[in-house]
Amino acid sequence: MTNPVIDEKKLIAQEKLNNPSLLRTIWREIMHDKMALGSLILFTIIVLSAYISPLFVDQTALTRVNFLNVWKPPSLDNWVGTDDGGRDVFGQLMIGTRNSLTIGVAVTLIAGLIGLTYGLISGYYGGAADNVMMRILEFLMVLPSLMFIIVFVTIVPNYNVFTFILIMSIFAWFGKARLIRSRALQERELDYINASKTLGTPSFKIMFFEMFPNLSSLVIVNMTLTLANNIGIETGLTFLGFGLPAGTPSLGTLISFARNPDIIKNKWWVWLPAALLILVMMLCINYVGQAVKRASDARQRLA
Amino acid sequence: MLKFILRRALLMIPQLILLSLIIFMLSKAMPGDAVTGAFMSNPNVSPEQVEKIREKLGLNDPWYEQYGRWIGKAVQGDFGQSYVHKQPVTSLLAGRIENTVLLSLFTAIVIYLLAIPLGIVAGRWTDTWADKMIVTYNYFAFATPLFIFALLMLFLFSFILGWFPIGGSGNIRIDPGSWEYIVDRAKHLFLPVMSGALIGTYGTIQYLRNDIIDQKIKDYVKTARSKGVPEGKVYTRHILRNSLLPIAAFLGYEITGLISGSIFIESIYSYPGLGQLFLQSIAQRDFTVVTALVMVSGAAVIIGTLLSDIILSIVDPRIRIE
Repeated sequence: MTNPVIDEKKLIAQEKLNNPSLLRTIWREIMHDKMALGSLILFTIIVLSAYISPLFVDQTALTRVNFLNVWKPPSLDNWVGTDDGGRDVFGQLMIGTRNSLTIGVAVTLIAGLIGLTYGLISGYYGGAADNVMMRILEFLMVLPSLMFIIVFVTIVPNYNVFTFILIMSIFAWFGKARLIRSRALQERELDYINASKTLGTPSFKIMFFEMFPNLSSLVIVNMTLTLANNIGIETGLTFLGFGLPAGTPSLGTLISFARNPDIIKNKWWVWLPAALLILVMMLCINYVGQAVKRASDARQRLA
Repeated sequence: MLKFILRRALLMIPQLILLSLIIFMLSKAMPGDAVTGAFMSNPNVSPEQVEKIREKLGLNDPWYEQYGRWIGKAVQGDFGQSYVHKQPVTSLLAGRIENTVLLSLFTAIVIYLLAIPLGIVAGRWTDTWADKMIVTYNYFAFATPLFIFALLMLFLFSFILGWFPIGGSGNIRIDPGSWEYIVDRAKHLFLPVMSGALIGTYGTIQYLRNDIIDQKIKDYVKTARSKGVPEGKVYTRHILRNSLLPIAAFLGYEITGLISGSIFIESIYSYPGLGQLFLQSIAQRDFTVVTALVMVSGAAVIIGTLLSDIILSIVDPRIRIE
């Protein structure tokens, strides 16, 4: 007679199957939703071509002005034509996408970090600290932030890409902080936090290593959705002339050609592809974001 | 009730003071003040003369004196002189504010005219083809950046199809007050308003749809149904009363979006309003106008939020309990 052998590995595997990780749930949700899958594939193609193609393209050739080649409509040589300096629009489109994406991601991460810290502190301590921090946040949220960003951009000395990212991040974390704070307030009442407190774990450790993992799905959902928003704000600001400095082209730089009526109508190939590319990226990111959002909330899941 | 309104209104005062302080600090930090902007390019004015003008204008006083002077006058509606336009900022704003208010007002009206019926249809007939279409439209409205949408509208309807003028607020040669004038203004307003409104519907549709879906299964609705109230009336008399009231209150919160939207819309349609004036003044370093504009917009948002909070507390007494 043999004792029943408990297969440790099998148990763990079963456990994993019953409690799929967030990443696995997101994947299942995306695979289930054909539009989200299509969006993810399209977005991956855009990202890959934006980051890989500049490696093969001669960047100095791209910025070289060629007056014999000015305002050429799309042809086999220049897939989407050339601009006022005879530069290839397609190449600029790729570099612009790369810059816009990088800045969008950077702003999302920095703003996420600020919002997370602010929200966690406010929610974890609660009481008077929370009260004061929320009054400050309420004030910040009523500021006309677009105007403030534009004013900051004009008054900051030695303005460059990094200061731009910083300025944008300063005005991008308010909503996130409020969201995280409201969840942290609920979380602080739970037993595991109280247990940790009783054991004397330092507050910052509870906040970032115990509370934060439980809020991570919320943060991930929010970050995916704000990434699209941040790219929109960056290209919008660059379009108005208050975004990226002249040396760093963004998709907004190409669209800003459209401030001239003649170019809007007769040289549409300069600005229209960039505008449509932004639109497609926004739709893709949002579609994937919606799938991620559903995956994080069991009641909304489709798969 | 009164206590809540008073408390809420008192909260506004430190907000306004803080806002004015921040804006004042920013205006001081701007590279070059009005004097340098107006005289630096003029070789006939010596540095000593510039210094004299500064002294005369009080630009060398300590900041708190300058702030006190600025805020004291601003409260009375005097924001100083625009050094570029050579006229008082207040009259400069007064000439433009009508255009922006008109644009924002019509945008808000169209948003509600579109969003409320669509939200009701989507909420009442959930998971029908109509609901699916509305949800898809709403998803596009949420994802599309305003300036791209406005540009595409301008390109399609003004340049390709030629149905609308490509910019401005009206033909100055037409006599104001005539029927022709109104039609002309409307033609100039149509595209800017539609660009803002068509993708501004997101929040309202989303809120209304979710709220109706929530209300539908509540006990008071079941009671009404079991009493034999016709289905149409269940919606118009019972559910909508609960769902629509908060929407009326959200109008004040919309002001933030309308202000930042007007900057893009006015720039794209070269519509002579406050948003365009803001961009021009920034480019020309006309800082008295910039500070006045940011101050006015900030105050408008603060007052709008106050009104929304008060209306919301009237329609929903639960908010008052703290």
